[in-house]
Amino acid sequence: MKDAKRSAARPVPLDIDAIIDDPGTRIIVCCGAGGVGKTTTAAALGLRAAERGRCAVVLTVDPARRLAQSMGLTELDNTPRLVSRHEGGGQLYAMMLDMKRTFDEIIEAHADPERARQILSNPFYQSLSSSFSGTQEYMAMEKLGQLRRSDEWDLIVVDTPPSRSALDFLDAPERLGRFLDGRFIRLLTAPAKAGGRSAFKLLNAGFGLVAGAMTKLLGAQVLKDLQTFVSALDAVFGGFRQRAELTYKLLQAPGTAFVVVAAPERDAMREASYFVERLAEERMPLAGLVVNRVHDAPANGLSAARSAAAAEDLESRGEHELTAAVLRLHTGRMQLVAREHREQEHFVSAHPTVPVVQVRAMSEDVHDLAGLRQIGELLASA
Amino acid sequence: MESRDTDWDGVRLHVVTGKGGTGKTTVAAALALALAAGGRKVLLVEVEGRQGIAQIFDLPPLPYEERKIAVAPSGGDVYALSVDPEEAMLDYLEMFYGMRRAGRALTKMGVVDFATTVAPGFRDVLVTGKTTEAVRRRGKNGKRVYDAVVLDAPPTGRITRFLNVTQEVAGLARVGPIKNHSDLVSGVVKSPETAVHFVTLLEEMPVQETLDGIAELREAGLPAGGVFINMVRESQLPRTALDKAVKGGFDVTELALGLKAAGLADGADADAVAEALAGEVVEYAHRAVLEHEEREALSEAALPRYELPLLADGVDLAGLYELAESIRTQGAA
Repeated sequence: MKDAKRSAARPVPLDIDAIIDDPGTRIIVCCGAGGVGKTTTAAALGLRAAERGRCAVVLTVDPARRLAQSMGLTELDNTPRLVSRHEGGGQLYAMMLDMKRTFDEIIEAHADPERARQILSNPFYQSLSSSFSGTQEYMAMEKLGQLRRSDEWDLIVVDTPPSRSALDFLDAPERLGRFLDGRFIRLLTAPAKAGGRSAFKLLNAGFGLVAGAMTKLLGAQVLKDLQTFVSALDAVFGGFRQRAELTYKLLQAPGTAFVVVAAPERDAMREASYFVERLAEERMPLAGLVVNRVHDAPANGLSAARSAAAAEDLESRGEHELTAAVLRLHTGRMQLVAREHREQEHFVSAHPTVPVVQVRAMSEDVHDLAGLRQIGELLASA
Repeated sequence: MESRDTDWDGVRLHVVTGKGGTGKTTVAAALALALAAGGRKVLLVEVEGRQGIAQIFDLPPLPYEERKIAVAPSGGDVYALSVDPEEAMLDYLEMFYGMRRAGRALTKMGVVDFATTVAPGFRDVLVTGKTTEAVRRRGKNGKRVYDAVVLDAPPTGRITRFLNVTQEVAGLARVGPIKNHSDLVSGVVKSPETAVHFVTLLEEMPVQETLDGIAELREAGLPAGGVFINMVRESQLPRTALDKAVKGGFDVTELALGLKAAGLADGADADAVAEALAGEVVEYAHRAVLEHEEREALSEAALPRYELPLLADGVDLAGLYELAESIRTQGAA
């Protein structure tokens, strides 16, 4: 009975090496809440794969400066750069996403030069292409599609943008589709289709109200800029949509493995749960969960309660101050370990079949390839 | 509002930002409780639709409506509001143009979806607009409705863009209602009535991001507030013992004697437990050295700093009040 209970709480170990060694694995997507070490995990997976003979590229979005430096990346650059070569032909490349340039390139590829110029110089386009929310998710997926189609690397490890919600990037293609199909877009593009007459003249009575509201809300000039922008974009919409759908399908394909990254904290674990459920709904292949920054206690045979009681005893007797302070420290640590364990247990009992690997907390951030290698070893040790 | 001699007297809008995972929402909530203490009325605003406030206060999801969610120590009320850009737009249309119905029609047509996709600057103006409206709002007696507003803002990497609304919409709207609205928002955000606080941990990445964020904020002419160092692990271990631990000279024999004295272990067992505990001390000592470096780095920003303890049981309601108390005793509220 006791055993059954214990095994229910113990997750299936995540076999990272089996995933990166499988030549069928072509894309690994690292996703999870902000601040849980997604980028570090992605970089460590890329390096480990390269060391095990894969030709891997790590696509990062907005990495911390020192992590970028650890892979020799110094600026936004849309071209993968060689980081290291390894025995057995393995290679590691890395790149940082340049969102605006990626967007510009799509426009240039899909519109004739005159129309491309119109779009690129429109204030709405400039706002859209350099903003941080939404566009980044879509551009990351677009770049992933490009790298995959180029077929120059046999493994792409992608780090998802630091969204407000870990799910944002999954929604990006759909949001784009909804955006393009919206009645509002059709309203704005109407004049182009009707030979330049005002959009609002074509519309039924109800729309008069909307037109008035739009003008009041946005002002006449903004509305005009917006209309110009949407009309110019109209020509490239088809291409946009098609690419978004292709990328989405790519994510559902068997060669893709989603690695959900979390820290043993309530918010991060909750986000991980949502993500696991969402991936299942979208029929996207989940490899497992990485729990970063897990603490352990070398003296875990001494419980928090006994440790605290002993510390109190020593303190009241005024003896062995050093030991009392060490016992207090240990009590805090045991409480932390217990709390982290509880946070993970919620996840495991809700998702008992999801493979999990824990990576213990490090005292220092990763500064170099040796640090990444060490994380890689921990990732593979489940 | 009578002065109560805190570091932020005269500040009515407290914007709280921080890197993901630093506990930004927790600190915002504790700050709201601390500010409300002693019979004041404070509004806690959330703008990213995450329902983080509801989770911390253990409440069902918050609607787009200011409602009382907590009573502060020695009287005082905390209200909360989850701002939804769509609803904020309807408010805006109604408030300034008396057009509620037209607003509904716009929403139905996906105009808000569209506006936030094409120009996130619009979304930010709507959201900050709603927040600054609450800051400025006066009751029938002519007094401000809220003594303070605490905004649980987007993360450090986005904060300057988020608050610098005039700049963000400048390219889109040089004249017209949006421009006027953003000027109004900007008037509040850039005034001495606003302070932007940063939440960080004593770790390299969050500290670096905080310093970058402060520099960026200052460059944009936005008012930097204080730095809240969250989840600080305290210990009574003396400096000398930590120094020895770092150098590999921690006194394990003394520790083992102490364990025996406390009746925790005997003989060889005591030595083994002492060794294991010493390992924990060495690790803690190494981290303390790094944390010291991070504290030094943060001091370069020359902003008031506050330290909030790591709560052993995680943040529950009781923990939130504990943090609020700590914020008050340190003079941040």
